[in-house]
Amino acid sequence: MKLDSKIPGGPIAQKWETYRSEMKLVNPANKRKFNVIVVGTGLAGASAAASMAELGYNVQSFCIQDSPRRAHSIAAQGGINAAKNYANDGDSVWRLFYDTVKGGDFRAREANVYRLAELSTSIIDQCVAQGVPFAREYSGELANRSFGGAQVSRTFYARGQTGQQLLLGAYSALMRQVDTGKVKLYERREMLDLVLVDGKARGIIARNLVTGALERYAADAVVLATGGYGRVYFLSTNAFNSNATASWRCYKRGAAFANPCFTQIHPTCIPVAGDHQSKLTLMSESLRNDGRVWVPLKKEDCKKDPSSIAEADRDYYLERRYPSFGNLVPRDVASRAAKAVCDEGRGVGPSGLAVYLDFRDAIKRDGRQVVSEKYGNLFEMYEHITGESPFETPMRIFPAIHYTMGGLWVDYNLMSNIPGLHVLGEANFSDHGANRLGASALMQGLADGYFVIPYTIGNYFASYPLPKVSVDHPEFAMAEAQSRDQISRLARVGANGKTTVMEYYRQLGLIMWEHVGMARNQSGLKKAISQIQQLKQEYWENVKIPTETETHNKNLEVALRVADFMELGELMATDALERNESCGGHFREESQTPEGEAKRDDQNFAHVAAWEYKGEGQKPALHKEPLQFENVHLAQRSYK
Amino acid sequence: MSKDLRNYKLVIWRQASPQEKGGFEQYQVDGISPDTSFLEMLDILNDRLIKQNIRPIEFDSDCREGICGACGCLVNGQAHGPRQKATTCQIYMRSFENGDTITVEPWRAKAFPVIRDLVVDRSSFDRIISAGGYISVKSAKHADANAMLIPKPDADQAFDYATCIGCGACVAACPNASASLFTGAKISQFTLMPQGRVEREKRVERMVDQMDREGFGGCTNIGECEASCPKGISISAIATMKAEYLKAALSGRTESNASDGAM
Ligand SMILES: Cc1cc2nc3c(=O)[nH]c(=O)nc-3n(C[C@H](O)[C@H](O)[C@H](O)COP(=O)(O)OP(=O)(O)OC[C@H]3O[C@@H](n4cnc5c(N)ncnc54)[C@H](O)[C@@H]3O)c2cc1C
Ligand code: FES
Repeated sequence: MKLDSKIPGGPIAQKWETYRSEMKLVNPANKRKFNVIVVGTGLAGASAAASMAELGYNVQSFCIQDSPRRAHSIAAQGGINAAKNYANDGDSVWRLFYDTVKGGDFRAREANVYRLAELSTSIIDQCVAQGVPFAREYSGELANRSFGGAQVSRTFYARGQTGQQLLLGAYSALMRQVDTGKVKLYERREMLDLVLVDGKARGIIARNLVTGALERYAADAVVLATGGYGRVYFLSTNAFNSNATASWRCYKRGAAFANPCFTQIHPTCIPVAGDHQSKLTLMSESLRNDGRVWVPLKKEDCKKDPSSIAEADRDYYLERRYPSFGNLVPRDVASRAAKAVCDEGRGVGPSGLAVYLDFRDAIKRDGRQVVSEKYGNLFEMYEHITGESPFETPMRIFPAIHYTMGGLWVDYNLMSNIPGLHVLGEANFSDHGANRLGASALMQGLADGYFVIPYTIGNYFASYPLPKVSVDHPEFAMAEAQSRDQISRLARVGANGKTTVMEYYRQLGLIMWEHVGMARNQSGLKKAISQIQQLKQEYWENVKIPTETETHNKNLEVALRVADFMELGELMATDALERNESCGGHFREESQTPEGEAKRDDQNFAHVAAWEYKGEGQKPALHKEPLQFENVHLAQRSYK
Repeated sequence: MSKDLRNYKLVIWRQASPQEKGGFEQYQVDGISPDTSFLEMLDILNDRLIKQNIRPIEFDSDCREGICGACGCLVNGQAHGPRQKATTCQIYMRSFENGDTITVEPWRAKAFPVIRDLVVDRSSFDRIISAGGYISVKSAKHADANAMLIPKPDADQAFDYATCIGCGACVAACPNASASLFTGAKISQFTLMPQGRVEREKRVERMVDQMDREGFGGCTNIGECEASCPKGISISAIATMKAEYLKAALSGRTESNASDGAM
């Protein structure tokens, strides 16, 4: 396998501009001859599908939900970054670039990150033109707030529903193209396989989730924007249907999977309340602008009513340990700090696995009205779930799985190592290194979809000969037959199995959280690998599912995803084992500083780990793409 | 974790396919913690049914935190259940007493045909949006975002309409099965924003016509939609829509009068 990142030459600030003007173009009349499949309608997929259709390409757009508007991006709360410097606090493209590379703990490609920072400003202009109702100041100008890992205010938001408003903007652009006939929508479809013809991505096999039928779709290129794989942990902030199946099947067809062990644990989620729980709810990072994180100094105080604990008996541990960033340290740092105080026995709440996020001082300073305007819907959400009002008593929060930085490997064009297969948004690995900064996923999804793929896809079409391919090609029949076999096998086992999919799914989640979660070590990772292998074997012999395959059958859908999650979980543990250093969200206990901070090993690990599938039961092959830092000086991260 | 476990009798609509006739079935669900969400309670019931070789209850859900709009059913006759300003996934079993009987049905509307059990087809909403629920700008370089000032009260109010999650509760709650709150909310959002005013006449005409074509009923100002809306969208959206529709008809700038020859 050859991994060529195709990073253009020249100084970093000019790379994209120069490259763009040198790219090959498809003339307007020819664009209508090209068909593109876009899988996913989140920020990345919807913006890509709409933008390519505007240019004249014929787009087929797929999603699992009943409407493209329901993609998981809808749930993003806090905001989207852009280097507008509207706050006049010293922000710039360079600073956003620098913060992102540093925040990612120097495990991302400089060139990609710079382009992202550069495009960030156009995204805000684009969204405002679309009518996205961002928060505004009384002057009528756009409002900003701060997010972790930055010392400037560069985050744009729409109350606590930024993802919703941005997605509805992208969805509306998509629906406009549906209206013009340039986009054909396929809702309630799940991609189960990628079809390669002559080594190029030429189509997909999708399951119609209403009828159960397997359907074939052909195109000149496939764009995957299927989101992250956080649900491999079962409990996470991700939506119930978020899954890795599309990426995983592409991996099995030869696409490299990069840095699978880079997962993000978000420090501020509502703690687990019981074993019935199906997901965890995020409390946006923006809350750390005004909320102060603390636990009691003394263990004996942990079960007391927090309001009865005197100021002197509280440990505002983030402010204490990281005076210059305080409550706004990056997510990985904040999560580990929360784990540390809970490990010391100073956690609060019934389980002892929680810390306080307290708004008392903000309410005193700004008044209830102001706090409510900023965070009203989050406070309400918290109260819905826990029955407690954050206006009256501090929130209890704990880290949870939230985002996956790893994903399919892509080059500078966002194309995987399979020609024609492009990967956007959370599904690719490209911009966040080992840790993503808050409010940067929305930015990346939209940059990829609105402003990168519309150019690079044209370059692909103009560079490769693409003879017509129809769904009658034998490769389609073969891929379809493989999917059908897998489904029938599951249904056969399912008829007499004893343990339900949800029970297996939870077990997998527990293994992942225990051994491939916030802190990882060699023996735990090895244990995870063998436990997953065993679980997988059992699954295929004993899973219980409703066996109807030719109709709407949610359990069967989930069963297929869980089968893939098990395999991916094993690869994540393998990657984590291989990466014997701590960086960003990947914390290897063997590699830490005396103060317990993550210790990178740039000598041995300043690379992207890209895994190649070698067949069922075979160890995947590891390929390394070295990372060069020419603009940002490699340094140990410090937020002190 | 709470030790207080509760038992419920569920009466649930079962319908295997759009063609088949549906009916209610009864299920006893015991040992449920009050911290369990309503949908998690259905998950628990489903796992038990699967083990007894009974077909599980199909329902839509995704975010499970009240923002994607995927979930939704009538719980004891109320759209999204007993809580105001909440979706079905935001209902917790602490809202029900031990021993309660709970009736669960899909949204009922001609324009939302049942697919299976509690799953309905809401693609009519997408078609209403594709008839004009957008501003026709391309992905391109635009004027700097701060070049256009929008008064904060307008932006805030536009947001209040834009917060619609497209769940369909308004339709399910309305005795006429009208989609006026849904359609009106989008129209009102754009009416309040300078970007949206350019295409306002054509937008309102096409969206309202599409709504009628989908088989939704007319609005007779009953107000059930507002009461059932999990996002608390104001019924003033419908007044705005009606006023806009009238203005559009009088303006001579609607689709049917388009002078640019489009369509
Ligand atoms: C609760 C929460 C809050 C967040 N808040 C923020 C924030 O404030 N700021 C920020 O920057 N980021 C935030 N994030 C992260 C951000 O929301 C996501 O990373 C981002 O939205 C992902 O977008 P996407 O387009 O890549 O994928 P998604 O939005 O996940 O979309 C995936 C799409 O792919 C489809 N799909 C998946 N698999 C298949 C298949 N096999 N076949 C067909 N279709 C398929 C789905 O139907 C869906 O349409 C948050 C995340 C969570 C969970
Ligand atoms: S599942 Fe998303 S709103 Fe209920």
